[in-house]
Amino acid sequence: MTNAQQVTSEILSIEPVGSYYHVVFSAPSIAEFVEPGHFVAVAVGGVGSAMLLRRAFSIHRATPGHSIEVIFAAHGQGTEWLSTTRRGDLIDIVAPLGTPFALPNQPIGAVLVAGGYGAAPMGMLAQALRERGCEVEVILGAATETKLFGVLDLARDADSVTVTTDDGSSGLRGRVTDALPNAIERINAKVVYACGPMAMLKAVARVASEHGAFSQCAVEESMACGIGVCMTCVLPVIGDDGVTRMVRSCVEGPVFRGDRVRWDDVHTVPSDVFGAPVVGGH
Amino acid sequence: MSVDLSTSLGSLHLKAPTLTASGCAAAGRELAQFGDVATLGAVVTKSIMLQPRSGRATPRMAETPSGMLNSIGLQGPGVEAFIEKDLSWLSQNGVTTVVSIAGETTAEFAELAARLSNVPGIAALEVNISCPNVESRGQVFACDPYAAADVIAAVRREWTSDAPVLAKLSPDVTDIVSIAHSVREAGVDGVSMINTLLGMVIDVDRMKPLLGGRTGGLSGPAIRPVAVRAVYQVHAALPDLPILGMGGIRTGHDALEFFAAGASAVSIGTVVFGDPRAPWRVAEELSSELASRGYSAVRDVIGLAHR
Ligand SMILES: Cc1cc2nc3c(=O)[nH]c(=O)nc-3n(C[C@H](O)[C@H](O)[C@H](O)COP(=O)(O)OP(=O)(O)OC[C@H]3O[C@@H](n4cnc5c(N)ncnc54)[C@H](O)[C@@H]3O)c2cc1C
Ligand SMILES: Cc1cc2nc3c(=O)[nH]c(=O)nc-3n(C[C@H](O)[C@H](O)[C@H](O)COP(=O)(O)O)c2cc1C
Ligand code: FES
Repeated sequence: MTNAQQVTSEILSIEPVGSYYHVVFSAPSIAEFVEPGHFVAVAVGGVGSAMLLRRAFSIHRATPGHSIEVIFAAHGQGTEWLSTTRRGDLIDIVAPLGTPFALPNQPIGAVLVAGGYGAAPMGMLAQALRERGCEVEVILGAATETKLFGVLDLARDADSVTVTTDDGSSGLRGRVTDALPNAIERINAKVVYACGPMAMLKAVARVASEHGAFSQCAVEESMACGIGVCMTCVLPVIGDDGVTRMVRSCVEGPVFRGDRVRWDDVHTVPSDVFGAPVVGGH
Repeated sequence: MSVDLSTSLGSLHLKAPTLTASGCAAAGRELAQFGDVATLGAVVTKSIMLQPRSGRATPRMAETPSGMLNSIGLQGPGVEAFIEKDLSWLSQNGVTTVVSIAGETTAEFAELAARLSNVPGIAALEVNISCPNVESRGQVFACDPYAAADVIAAVRREWTSDAPVLAKLSPDVTDIVSIAHSVREAGVDGVSMINTLLGMVIDVDRMKPLLGGRTGGLSGPAIRPVAVRAVYQVHAALPDLPILGMGGIRTGHDALEFFAAGASAVSIGTVVFGDPRAPWRVAEELSSELASRGYSAVRDVIGLAHR
């Protein structure tokens, strides 16, 4: 576990990009420890806010000694509030949090798949993979063009980028998983990295397995603390011993091996899970 | 002016007035990234049961105005793994540890007390009686003075350590004082109060309760006045019964209210999720709140609101 730090950060900039906002937080003591897949937990609403819980965002970029960046969608109260902050505002952040993407030791082919703001961590990841000599293909998907993020940046960081939209407003009409088999075969990929909605992750994990590739999926579960103390963020994950446990996605995740997550059982307590209730009493 | 923040819960001396709250700090390890947990009054561990337990389905939480609902369902590794992994870490790191236990039957509470009696490194036992009693159609022990007293008496019989036993009370009762009376009669050394209040949020898009467990426990600053009232009532009726106060404490000022109402120490729960340094920060703020009012020791303000 990387040690997380709680710091008062200054907003260095906040700009709308398409359907999202791009924020740069000053984080001189944090940035050097950030790896692709780490997240930051941001306090919202200001001092004494009625919103007690932090909001979690994937770290999009980290500039050592300087800052970390996130891409967020304003949909609920807390993210709406965040969208009204201005350069120079002070915000309490905790980072880096979570278990990042596992990187290969060999220069293998890797496909990166992202839905919507799930593209946020992919630039850092693509760079880290290319530094290891990996060939990197990216597939970016969204419902519609304005919800795509990072197409131009990823075109620079990766060997190739394929875009899909549900409505065909940009790139291929369809889902990211429609483009995935070809991408895996083209570069003989051994690993697929994914970040996006749960339904997408589930489909990506399946397609990756069918094509003999590992998958590393960054999940998004409701989190109250983000630091591993509350047990709200759990999902059923199969361990090395073959036993399924309700595992914290904020500490053991958010990145999990796609073949280990019981995707069909998320939001349930499977009857064979470790410590499951037994019929007729515990 | 330097303020003496040491206090005690019955025979347990505490070097600091703030503890964590059960279920809000796991077993202390994660908080160690943010401060030295050995300097806290104590870490109160997540309620542990005899067997490993998976807990409820997600979503397990909903944010509410100045609070949250949780329905974790007491997920935990079971007492043996807890002793081996969590208690040993707490002992090695010199952390004052209050172990919280939970059971579904009186016998289960008794067995836990027996198992933990000879385990070193336990400064106090907190008995979380806010759990459904499977032998009484799921009626919560803490809501029935007889069931509550039965559990405490059974724990007392098995608990051979000198460390104090605290009963954790639920506010979801008509008369919390009568519950406090009956657990005191059954032999507790103090009470922890309050646990969460039962609540519900409905997701009107799916037209269903939002939480996987349907209902959940409400906590955070939203419940603070309820908690202060409960502490005040119990202290008024039983002035010699030590109280570990909690419920929505966010600042040193909030903590001071609890001491004035009659608490001898306080736990910081939900607020830790938003501010992992809260247990240390609240103690520092309490010190300034006391100093600015001319008090030199936190012990001097316990119960002052009753004059
Ligand atoms: C590891 C991780 C990485 C994430 N990365 C990004 C990102 O890069 N960009 C982005 O826009 N969003 C991201 N999210 C989702 C983001 O955390 C939620 O959109 C945000 O918390 C919603 O807050 P709100 O105030 O808009 O909603 P509200 O409904 O007011 O939130 C209420 C509570 O529920 C929690 N919550 C609600 N929705 C979610 C959700 N989808 N995931 C987790 N918690 C939720 C909030 O944290 C808060 O405690 C990420 C979530 C996780 C867990
Ligand atoms: C996520 C969560 C889990 C909790 N788990 C337990 C528990 O296992 N045992 C217990 O006695 N109380 C538990 N509580 C209750 C707290 O210890 C505390 O009594 C209550 O939340 C009120 O304090 P607060 O408002 O400061 O959180 C839990 C509370 C929360 C929010
Ligand atoms: S969000 Fe609290 S344990 Fe993961």
